[in-house]
Amino acid sequence: MDFVDYYKTLGVAKNASADDIKKAYRKLARKFHPDVNPNDKEAHKKFQQINEAHEVLSDPEKRKKYDQYGENWKHADQYEQARQQQQQAGGGFGGFGGGGFGNFGGGEYTYSGGEEGGFSDFFESLFGGSRGRRSHAKYRGQDFNAELQLSLTEAYTTHKQTLTINGKNVRITIPAGVENGQQIKLKGYGSPGANGGPNGDLFITFVINNNTDFRREGNDLYKTEDIDLYTALLGGEKTIDTMSGKIKLKVNPETQNGTKIRLKGKGFPVYKKEGQFGDLYITWEVKLPTNLTQKQKDLFTELSKLSS
Amino acid sequence: MENDELIPAEDFCMYHNIEYSFISSLEDSGLIRVTAVEQHTFIPADELQKLEKFVRLHYDLDINLEGIETINHLLEKIDEMNKQILQLKNKVIS
Repeated sequence: MDFVDYYKTLGVAKNASADDIKKAYRKLARKFHPDVNPNDKEAHKKFQQINEAHEVLSDPEKRKKYDQYGENWKHADQYEQARQQQQQAGGGFGGFGGGGFGNFGGGEYTYSGGEEGGFSDFFESLFGGSRGRRSHAKYRGQDFNAELQLSLTEAYTTHKQTLTINGKNVRITIPAGVENGQQIKLKGYGSPGANGGPNGDLFITFVINNNTDFRREGNDLYKTEDIDLYTALLGGEKTIDTMSGKIKLKVNPETQNGTKIRLKGKGFPVYKKEGQFGDLYITWEVKLPTNLTQKQKDLFTELSKLSS
Repeated sequence: MENDELIPAEDFCMYHNIEYSFISSLEDSGLIRVTAVEQHTFIPADELQKLEKFVRLHYDLDINLEGIETINHLLEKIDEMNKQILQLKNKVIS
């Protein structure tokens, strides 16, 4: 635990008036408040620091205690005891023998709590866990964020998964068609509320790993398939893999390299729209024969002469 | 998310220790939806989170209604842009 300079946090002088402190707090809070910085952890942390500094400096009693013991906060109780003993003995207070407590560098804050209610260990040691702000208000608990890794194949079908959240097993249904980065909310599975307020929510972000040869763009899938020169020239059939199984496709005679065909409804399921699918686009890539025999070379030469 | 649950505006105001006129102003500006049932105002549950955010902006940060409207508009724009970034990222990595 390191000493926290609340005056520095708010950017005010040690002799700042209550009004200066309020103004500085409001200005910084508007900049770093979680409501205006959604999903910004750094801003949330900064807001906690500002909030804590304001909690102390806006309360005359806390400010007095902080100013009195400040950097020597670890020895506050010891200090108080000695002062009382001195008073009982009738003598003047001699202090703490000059120094020894000045060694509290400005290190990182450590917070034990969550979002708006989180106070540093320094604060908890000095003041306990008190809270301020709209005193009658009940606060909603902090929202939690989690990531869930899915393969593209898993995202293709609606399925259930059991997650362990705060020691409780929660079975969730993952609808087919979820996208990479998509978020779902599990109401009430966040941190417990304060003063009887409701629990926060749990936000699950899906991370989809592509374990297939398909390229996904929204609900459409894309794939490149090889065909040999002869099939491309004369036409034929080719069996390809789709997400829902193998299908046989007709290849038209004289198919050009790079020809794209659309297979309607063979793409990815549309999220929460049962029975609706995107399309699958197949691009034919014509592979030329290699290691030709003499006879093949002769025939190609003959063909070449015919076309010139 | 759809939710048919309705919370009496009066209860909400008592719970958060705020004036009803604030909810009324938010509704007038089109920032939230409320439902009137037999002369009583109710807040749909799916509007609650947004409303609580506006309460914090106004009462904790001293931001007036015009400021809330501006912030809300900008946050919606940021949200839309984040979605576009995500779509583009997905396009690049796929």
